[in-house]
Amino acid sequence: MSSHESSYEPKSATAKWWDERLPLPRLMYDQFIEFPTPRNLNYMWTFGGILTFCLVAQLITGIVLAMHYIPSGGEAFDSVDRIRRDVNYGWLIQPMHAVGASMFFLAAYLHTFRGLYYGSYRAPREILWILGVFILLAMMATAFMGYSLPWGQMSFWAVTVITNLFSSLDQIIPGLGTSIVQWLWGGYSVSGVTLTRFFSLHYLLPFVIFGLVILHVWALHVCGQNNPTGIEIKTKSDSVPMYPYAISKDVFALFIFVIIFAWFMLFLPDYLGHADNFVKADPLVTPPHIVPEWYFLPFYAILRAIPDKLGGVIAMFASIAILAFVPWLDRSPVRSTKYRPIYKWFFWLFVFACLALGYLGAKPAEGTYVFWARVFTFYYFAHFLIVMPILGSMETPKSMPGSITEAVLGKGDKSATRSAPAGAPLGAPAAPEDR
Amino acid sequence: MTADVEDPERRDVLVIAASAFAAVGAASLIWPFVDQMNPDAGALALASTEIDLTPINEGQAITVMWRGKPVFIRHRTAAEVEEAKKVPVDDLPDPVARNENNPGSPATDENRTLAGHEKWLVMIGICTHLGCIPKGQSLSDTKGEYGGWFCPCHGSHYDTSGRIRKGPAPRNLDVPPYSFVSDSMIRIG
Amino acid sequence: MPQPRRKTGNAERETEMIMKHAFSSLCGVLVAVASLGLTTTANAAGGEEIHIERHDWTYGGIKGQFDPIQLRRGFQVYQEVCSACHGLVRVRFRNLVEPGGPEFDEEAVKTLAADWPNQIVDGPNDEGEMFERPPKLSDPIRGPYRNQQEARAAQNGAYPPDLSLITRARGVHNDAAWYIHVPQMALDILTGYQEGGSDYLYALLTGYHEPPEGFELSEGMSYNKYFPGHQIAMGQPIPEEGAVEYQDNAGATMSMKQNSEDVTAFLAWAADPSLNQRKQLGWSALVYLLITTLLLYFAKKRIWARVKH
Repeated sequence: MSSHESSYEPKSATAKWWDERLPLPRLMYDQFIEFPTPRNLNYMWTFGGILTFCLVAQLITGIVLAMHYIPSGGEAFDSVDRIRRDVNYGWLIQPMHAVGASMFFLAAYLHTFRGLYYGSYRAPREILWILGVFILLAMMATAFMGYSLPWGQMSFWAVTVITNLFSSLDQIIPGLGTSIVQWLWGGYSVSGVTLTRFFSLHYLLPFVIFGLVILHVWALHVCGQNNPTGIEIKTKSDSVPMYPYAISKDVFALFIFVIIFAWFMLFLPDYLGHADNFVKADPLVTPPHIVPEWYFLPFYAILRAIPDKLGGVIAMFASIAILAFVPWLDRSPVRSTKYRPIYKWFFWLFVFACLALGYLGAKPAEGTYVFWARVFTFYYFAHFLIVMPILGSMETPKSMPGSITEAVLGKGDKSATRSAPAGAPLGAPAAPEDR
Repeated sequence: MTADVEDPERRDVLVIAASAFAAVGAASLIWPFVDQMNPDAGALALASTEIDLTPINEGQAITVMWRGKPVFIRHRTAAEVEEAKKVPVDDLPDPVARNENNPGSPATDENRTLAGHEKWLVMIGICTHLGCIPKGQSLSDTKGEYGGWFCPCHGSHYDTSGRIRKGPAPRNLDVPPYSFVSDSMIRIG
Repeated sequence: MPQPRRKTGNAERETEMIMKHAFSSLCGVLVAVASLGLTTTANAAGGEEIHIERHDWTYGGIKGQFDPIQLRRGFQVYQEVCSACHGLVRVRFRNLVEPGGPEFDEEAVKTLAADWPNQIVDGPNDEGEMFERPPKLSDPIRGPYRNQQEARAAQNGAYPPDLSLITRARGVHNDAAWYIHVPQMALDILTGYQEGGSDYLYALLTGYHEPPEGFELSEGMSYNKYFPGHQIAMGQPIPEEGAVEYQDNAGATMSMKQNSEDVTAFLAWAADPSLNQRKQLGWSALVYLLITTLLLYFAKKRIWARVKH
């Protein structure tokens, strides 16, 4: 996997036995205990661990819910209601899953923005980044289908609206869009038939995500983590072993995340959802405001910003697809935005644009809201297609440290100067050398 | 390689305490996920059912469902009761009454029914061998060598008190918890 | 020995400082905005703004719990006023006995169920026919209509919805400008506000008025200040003087506001019977998480003390 030698030594006879047959303990040791991580990682690097927790939490709560949920048009809504009322701890497990989806996206977006800021997508991490884009896409498909499962009004109409988008393909090849839509629906309109197949795919996709995550972590471990300076690990003093250093930080950050998760789950389980989803799906009654879940709002805003139906669909998909090209769109000689004083402003403008698009996605597509949605959609694409390539080659970066160690310790401190904690001798075996 | 494990500094109380707290929280999450598989409130609410006995004539039997299981309710004739009473408990392969309303008592006919209602026999109609439903409820059914019920799967014979007399079944047919709400109505469970 | 420069190192301290500053600014902004008033607005079909006042509910906020006495009064209002047209089919009679709700006496509820005017369809019997029987504890609290079509036929085309989830199926839109709306959302999250449905329902029940000058009221409809479109098919269910007289030990006296508040609380319980349990667990979980997180923070600091970062 990584370039360094494995220093794992099986201690017991059992450990040696395993090591000769299936070296999983060695793998775990090399990749998650001894693995050298940059010593200067900040808390924005804890989201990988948090996301893994989210995936596992969604899998477990989802599998458990599937023991009680009935994926039929006639019974879905009632089965979810029964889970909340009658199933032991159903009142806890169901909101855990629903709120968990939101928390999953919160962590994923923060993780993505971290990557964009620090240049984590640049060589040699292009495939790592693209795998991340695929994971995001798979998450979106999973969440979209998952939201349909309670079969409330919003579930039903969100599916109707979004699947109907594909009919815009009729503008390219007449009849193609309609055939695709009917193929998705399994009929001439959204019905229980659609629901049942969405349940099957919703159960399947998280395991696909799991596989993608394994590839993602593998790709990461080939080159190692990026870090706030954007400078790769060169010497041993640049890094610390993952355990206990990065792990202790990850666990602490995970608990902060869980506090937010628990806050919503236990005090505000309905806050992130829609009241209309507590009304059973009715194909004859359209809710006054059809809105997706918050994590889809920016893309929904982009979709509605373009006046042409097909154009809107293309823009929406393009806004996700464009992420895959970022490693080649960014032409700066410098990896991390920390040393790019002008680009920093554009980055935060981009963040603001995404937040603004999110806000606008929840508003009706009228008047001044449409105007601003168009402005921010324009900036969204301009950021990738204009700012990244052009500014990158024009900007003068700030002076950068020579190494991670230099960034942490300062220029004159290449030798082993470190403040020793009281009572511990200098050169204690626990301390990494030359730190 | 860093000798973290050997360093006493690292094993300090704070790290251990923090890890222990975190582990306890994680472990406490397990119970809800285990308990959700237990019968839910709806299933528990259907735990009892009331049966009207008036349509059952003497010599007739009905089968009702209770908690997903068949329950035999037989309105016994005087002769059937007599026959059951004559059997000494020592002759029985299973000397225990298996009556939830009278736990642990010996398998006399009195202990298989409720006091004052000896003509009514209420039992779970599942053979105690491997779970088949014995024959003997309808008039045309074979009743086995002891005039009660006969399990066609492996040849267990039950008598007019539902007690096993011959064959592989180890126990008498179980009597569920039930009571007479009135002379013509029982509540099971 | 030269002191190590703090400027480019110690990214963690930087992040912490930023977080501290952001948090205090956020608090300042929230306080400023909160003074703009805590009303939320509902958007009527014509884009007009309807202000719905926030009511003080015993079950609101992070410390909220249902008051069983209030829930009993509320059930009485439901039974005497609402059940004439509205079902409550997701609630079973046994739920009225269970903890966290009205907590009625079991025998009393058994009798109530047996006397309930809307029977349960059961069968087929031995003749092959479906029949009706009185409800048991395990049965749902049915309304008078078997299905939507029967309801509409009896109600001139209008459908009295089942009330089991009504307080969760309604809410209030906030159409304030973004610089007010966003801080309001943050404040709502911090205080655990999700009683929009209850606020709306209470406003609706107390919002019947004479239509204003020039308003065209269709036949059979009533004017309501808070219903979207202002025309509602349901006539005023609780008149000015109140509709349901409470017993002496019920803890409150009859009035339109009291009846409305009590039935809203009852329906909020019907929609979310596990609220008491959930919020109590919220507190225990929070205490545990705060302690553990603090311990983990100090453990992390201890582990990292040897390494300059």
